[in-house]
Amino acid sequence: MKNEEIILSEREKILGRIREALKVSAPLPGSHSEVAAHATTESPASHAREWLPSVGASGAEQFDLFAKNCADLKADFQLLNNREELPAALQKIAAAEKWSRIASHDGELSNFASVSLGLPVLLTDKGYDVQEMEKCDAGISECDALIAQTGGVVVTNRSAGGRALSVLPPHHIVLARREQLVADLPAAFALLQQKYADNYPSMISFITGPSRTGDIERILVLGAHGPKKLTILCF
Amino acid sequence: MSFVSQFKSLASEKTRDLRHRSVIRTALRSYEVVRDKRKAAFQSWESARQAAAETKWEAINHLDEHLVALTAKLEARGTKVHWASNGAQAREIISQILRDKKARSIIKSKAMTSEEIHLNHALEKEGYTVVESDLGEFIVQLRHEAPYHIVFPSMHLTRGEIKDLFQKELGDAPSDSPEDLTMVARRVMRQKYLTADVGFTGGNFAIAETGMISITENEGNARLTAALPKTMITLMGIEKVLPRFADLALFLPMLATAGAGQPMTCYNTMYSGPRQPGECDGPEEWHVVLLDNRRTELLANAEQRDSLHCIRCGACLNVCPIFRNVGGHTYGTTYSGPVGAVITPHLRGLQDWKHLSNASTLCGGCTEACPVKIDLHHHLLQNRRNASTSEPAFFEKLAYQTFAIVANEPAFWSLAKKIGWLTQPLQSLVKGTALDPAKAWTKTRELPPQPLESFKDWWKNRK
Amino acid sequence: MTVTLFIPCFIDALFPRAGISMVEILERLGHKVVCPNEIACCGQPPFNSGYWDEARTIAAPALEKLKDAETVVIGSGSCGAMIKKFYPELFKNTPQAELAKQVASRTWEFSDFLVSKLGVTDLGAKFPHKVTFHDGCHGLRELGIKTAPRALLGKVGGLEFVEMKEESCCGFGGTFAAKFPMISTAMGEVKCAAATETGADFIVSNDSSCLMHIQGLLSRQGSKLKTIHLAEVLNQK
Ligand code: SF4
Repeated sequence: MKNEEIILSEREKILGRIREALKVSAPLPGSHSEVAAHATTESPASHAREWLPSVGASGAEQFDLFAKNCADLKADFQLLNNREELPAALQKIAAAEKWSRIASHDGELSNFASVSLGLPVLLTDKGYDVQEMEKCDAGISECDALIAQTGGVVVTNRSAGGRALSVLPPHHIVLARREQLVADLPAAFALLQQKYADNYPSMISFITGPSRTGDIERILVLGAHGPKKLTILCF
Repeated sequence: MSFVSQFKSLASEKTRDLRHRSVIRTALRSYEVVRDKRKAAFQSWESARQAAAETKWEAINHLDEHLVALTAKLEARGTKVHWASNGAQAREIISQILRDKKARSIIKSKAMTSEEIHLNHALEKEGYTVVESDLGEFIVQLRHEAPYHIVFPSMHLTRGEIKDLFQKELGDAPSDSPEDLTMVARRVMRQKYLTADVGFTGGNFAIAETGMISITENEGNARLTAALPKTMITLMGIEKVLPRFADLALFLPMLATAGAGQPMTCYNTMYSGPRQPGECDGPEEWHVVLLDNRRTELLANAEQRDSLHCIRCGACLNVCPIFRNVGGHTYGTTYSGPVGAVITPHLRGLQDWKHLSNASTLCGGCTEACPVKIDLHHHLLQNRRNASTSEPAFFEKLAYQTFAIVANEPAFWSLAKKIGWLTQPLQSLVKGTALDPAKAWTKTRELPPQPLESFKDWWKNRK
Repeated sequence: MTVTLFIPCFIDALFPRAGISMVEILERLGHKVVCPNEIACCGQPPFNSGYWDEARTIAAPALEKLKDAETVVIGSGSCGAMIKKFYPELFKNTPQAELAKQVASRTWEFSDFLVSKLGVTDLGAKFPHKVTFHDGCHGLRELGIKTAPRALLGKVGGLEFVEMKEESCCGFGGTFAAKFPMISTAMGEVKCAAATETGADFIVSNDSSCLMHIQGLLSRQGSKLKTIHLAEVLNQK
């Protein structure tokens, strides 16, 4: 109880200092004008689309851009003709990397994909043992969106089997449908808002390429802590 | 030793260290190339900067409202929000959580605020095991060193030094290839994630509209830190707020571009609560500690309030010729480089730290690089003004007063030039010795020869 | 027009050739040049050190002298920035605030004046050497002057221009050079190395103060590379 009071009072003290400080207004940035009573209702960032890297108008251009960005990021992007090609694409990777077990989650696409492999599957949905997940060769998940502008993938813990599945196993496989490609970052945020605004998943992650570090002589190394490989299978 | 003499002595050492100079230059050269390329990919980097600056302006100038909104949203989903006026309070809040949870081991992802409040040291003293999971932070932790740079903590070390370090501390270093060394760290860290009681993170942005904290990282260590341990603690400065969720669409790519020349950092993750009903993993408890630690004093300074817009991208350090030559550790502060030179005198005392504002040519490279357009080099000038006004240095003030008298009176000015000309031979006699009044200059540089006829003499003679 | 030439203190005392060249060039272009004897300095040294009262003591009479000047031209990016950018700041909330703004708006850095105001780039100069250009930071970033000096050098007969690979501050920084000589020297060494790498014979700049620092280091190193003010190059026949 006592602790609670201290915490509350500290909050009021800090807010009080802030309010006191803000009685004097600050000049607007970059304007060198004196002082402005500025009340934007619209986010200055709402025009972000006009300034961020351009993405091209057509869907085809955006797929090309996504593919190019993935290549730059050293992510493997495979555009398949239809859903039926998924199992073969997966089996090829599984064979090459000699997978013996995988982690995945319950989902229309992910079920289809993981069953087709015929390997032991750890499903995360009802809770799981992390030590067991650590032994998996790959994590297979669905996603919320692909972003042409950045080559990135948006996942949430709701769409992609929790917080760890997309980051603990050494290879993250993302399953996506073509219509999940959005043009740019503002579109991705708009999509998330539209989809979840009344109840956001507790984790939303923009994944842009496999885990990496440059902490040793600024030389790129993949797989610092998260997956060394990121494969995006899209149909 | 005073802070200023410590700074000067370390600066003397580092500026002579040609190996250091070349290591930093090489590291930053690759950064410059990719940064320029990424900036050029923007349709308008300049408009984006202006919008980012305005967005941060709005956030900071309505900070109270945003913090109230943020807290309400976070708490509504079961996050416990704590407020700390200073480092001691923050450390105590964190210790209390650890005691309540009977925790022993803590896995940390990168958080400069924790450096600011010297958290690791305090926790280790209380007997906790604290492991830094970011590779660069892990390396400097093994060396018992502070991070060299706010974004690239180990950029001052070569692979050879890191290999020797790993060999000595971990008994494992197959070669000096960055790949092999990174894999050693990965192996060491894996089990720590799986067994740590508490995961500790910093935060890059806090979204008032949706009650989220966004964490930017490349390695995936923060993702794991926020996924596996049962308890999660996040420490962040109160200035990190952004008004709206969609603002991230601008800030995330800008942070990545300015800071590391990436289109996006590998993982940008927004957390809005601990594990929610129906979710399969994540911490049972999430504690967010909001830190003031004299940020409100900076806020009260309207002239320099924009220094709270800082998103800690590190761009100003990277371009700063002072930083590049004296190195990060010489500053003796958590935040180094231009932004450190601006804010440290506010956070830790103007008279003790004004030398950081003095140690600049005011070249303005920092201001040009800053993605949120903080008027960094002019703030250095203002710090100098404030320091000289509140506690003028006697001889310096006297010198300038004298100079003003001489400059304002043509006869004195002319006489001063003559004296200068006449004493030139004397000057060259004592050059570089203790008697040389210009020793600070002549130790490494020649003085220009002064001609007998000044411009003004010439002007007078020709009319 | 009548051009009021503002001669910075170190050009007056140490580098008169630069000032003389400016006078000769402006007169050749048909302008009347005046040069108030009472102005010795813009006040930048105390200003940059934080002694704004002393800076005002120097700047206030200078400002008065420039009150009626039609156009003020100054042969240093750094002192130009002092007048154009910092006088309005220095005199804010003083009776001279308005005057400071007016004078600032009528003041030009020399190369910018030639190119942007007069529209002249070809001065008929000849300088048959390989040169590189050092941008003084104040001219470059406070005043945004980058293209004007290059446009002028581009028209100099026989001149071969080469850029340095790295754009960096030379490390002079006024009193900084004496307060932190080790950092100043290190920065200067980086600059000298970049200039040497170009294989140029001369480093040209529109800031004599930077050149004083760079030349000081080069001479000590025994380098053959020389420094010269832009106005002197433009005045070579
Ligand atoms: S001051 Fe600007 S450039 Fe420097 S770290 Fe902060 S945001 Fe980045």
